[in-house]
Amino acid sequence: MSTPNPTSGLRPRITPPVQGRRGSSPARLGDRVFSGLSTGSGVLILVVLAAVALFLVSESLPALTAAREDVIGGEGFLRYLGPLVFGTLLAAVLALLFAVPLSIGIALFISHYAPRRLARTLGYVVDLLAAIPSVVYGIWGALVLAPYLVPTYRWLSDNLGFLPLFAGPASSTGRTILTAGLVLSVMILPIMSAINREVFLQTPKLHEEASLALGATRWEMIRMTVLPYARSGIVSGAMLGLGRALGETIAVLLVLSASGAVTVNLIGQANPSTIPANIAAQFPEASGLDVNVLVATGLVLFAITFAVNFAARAVLARRADFDGAAG
Amino acid sequence: MSTLTTERPTTPVQQASRPLARWVPVALLVAALVVALLLRAVLGGGPIATATMAAVVYVVLTYVVSRAREGSRRAVDRTVTAAVTIAFLLALLPLTSLLWTVTTRGAARFDVDFFALTMRNIVGEGGGARHAIIGTLQITGLATLISVPIGLLTAIYLVEYGRGRLARAVTFLVDVMTGIPSIVAGLFAYALFALLYGPGVRFGLGGAVALAVLMTPVVVRASEEMLKLVPAELREASYALGVPKWRTILKVVLPVAAAGIATGTTLAIARVIGETAPLLLIAGYTSSLNLDPNSGRMATLPVYAFYSFTQPGVPPQAGIDRAWTAALVLILIVLVLNLVARLISRFFAPKGAR
Repeated sequence: MSTPNPTSGLRPRITPPVQGRRGSSPARLGDRVFSGLSTGSGVLILVVLAAVALFLVSESLPALTAAREDVIGGEGFLRYLGPLVFGTLLAAVLALLFAVPLSIGIALFISHYAPRRLARTLGYVVDLLAAIPSVVYGIWGALVLAPYLVPTYRWLSDNLGFLPLFAGPASSTGRTILTAGLVLSVMILPIMSAINREVFLQTPKLHEEASLALGATRWEMIRMTVLPYARSGIVSGAMLGLGRALGETIAVLLVLSASGAVTVNLIGQANPSTIPANIAAQFPEASGLDVNVLVATGLVLFAITFAVNFAARAVLARRADFDGAAG
Repeated sequence: MSTLTTERPTTPVQQASRPLARWVPVALLVAALVVALLLRAVLGGGPIATATMAAVVYVVLTYVVSRAREGSRRAVDRTVTAAVTIAFLLALLPLTSLLWTVTTRGAARFDVDFFALTMRNIVGEGGGARHAIIGTLQITGLATLISVPIGLLTAIYLVEYGRGRLARAVTFLVDVMTGIPSIVAGLFAYALFALLYGPGVRFGLGGAVALAVLMTPVVVRASEEMLKLVPAELREASYALGVPKWRTILKVVLPVAAAGIATGTTLAIARVIGETAPLLLIAGYTSSLNLDPNSGRMATLPVYAFYSFTQPGVPPQAGIDRAWTAALVLILIVLVLNLVARLISRFFAPKGAR
């Protein structure tokens, strides 16, 4: 914690003029009202977040204390939660597996390979991916991508069926957890490549030029100056992407044909569901204790994404402290 | 110093002495395409499989040729260049596919009826999304009304007033709020209003509250960045003239930052207007027009697209067509909002601010 106040670190704070002796003039009153309003808004953010946590906990308490046979599935809350957590993590990890190398490639292309003038436009194009609503991704994934992948899945199960991942039999609709992971990876690509692009561009120009002057090729320059410098940025970008992927609801719900199974077979008929997709699927028709159970799974999701985002921010903050590359 | 010159590194110079001619990569690309097309003629496969094959062949050819002529270091360099370019093209693939399908399939129902009719008493063909479009505008508008004052004032607090533990806590919690999954925001709004109105509550204002939870941190971040960009000299000049702090903020700081804040707010609206999950939980869906956000279920465009797709009715094609058109309208709205944001920042940015 070398900078105790992150908001005032950039410039010295200026003190406004002193208005009269006592705080009675209209100007002082205005100051008090205004500072009170803005401080109040800041506090309101605190209150809202506390309320989110509080209401979620209070609505999920009945589910946590309920008798085992009353919870959906009849085997207690943890038994209900387990497969969902598994599915959520599996889909998000699959998404990261595709998105991390791709986002590094995209970011490198924009920051170090594309012609300077083209790079800005290309950046906008990648950002466009972030602007598309998730329900559109969902419909596209279910109606376009999933059918397109069916032959590939069949090929995978025929030729690589000895691996548990591709054990098959291949899904005939293509709406598998692997498809969901692919759609998720497309959705988290923009944020990850934007962060990677930023940290790649922050590499000190002198390092790059020195390495080129020593006779390094462009790739050697990137490998020896850009990537080491950007490592923590890449990690935190990946974790922010992971947070997005964990919480994504509608796209997964529309793409995935879930049965609640716990399996590592990525291309089969039976697929695990994810927490958010399960909530969205069950909630509109749920009533009574079922609602509390769903809210409780939402609370678990909140806790997981909170931990992931917190770790990502911590990595970023340490990086800022460490090499002074804040921003 | 003179001793250094005796150990001159010689390898890079030797390797660079026989670089590939300019036309060689182009020739390799053509060769890769030919090979891929030949393979397609023999084995079959779609255009994407062919493109993948061409990419793989190109990378391998480049490596082999470059290694034979220029040595392994340049070969690796060329291979990575090819791989990075391919990664970028790969990212454009889903984008073009998505925009293409949404445009072509959405065009089928992109007609006057879609904007003029609701889904009341409609099972199969016909119908429109008037109720959903109006609902989306109302709910997003309300969310903006809630989150912009709070977000802007919080940003002012953080930049102009905040210090010490409270400011640090607020900064941290805004970060936390940015990461709240949208479905959790919906659950929060539901839990809040279920306490007030009893279980099973569904209404438009709840959706606005859920969206505001998602929107506020974005507004705070954007406004904060913009307020920090306002030069300290402007504040100093204002204080030197005896202007109190609150008037300085209102009359000097905010006008300078206004364009940036408007841009940030527009982008924040663009981000939440496509949210489906929270509205599915708390605003619900109805097939008729509901203009009162205080009571009753309220349709929104993303939820409309969702239900048109999952419960298309009979015959199903009509519902799926409506889902595509709703997706098209959503994308158009988001694109227009992004465009507006860029235009605001281009035309209303203060002169000489950067």
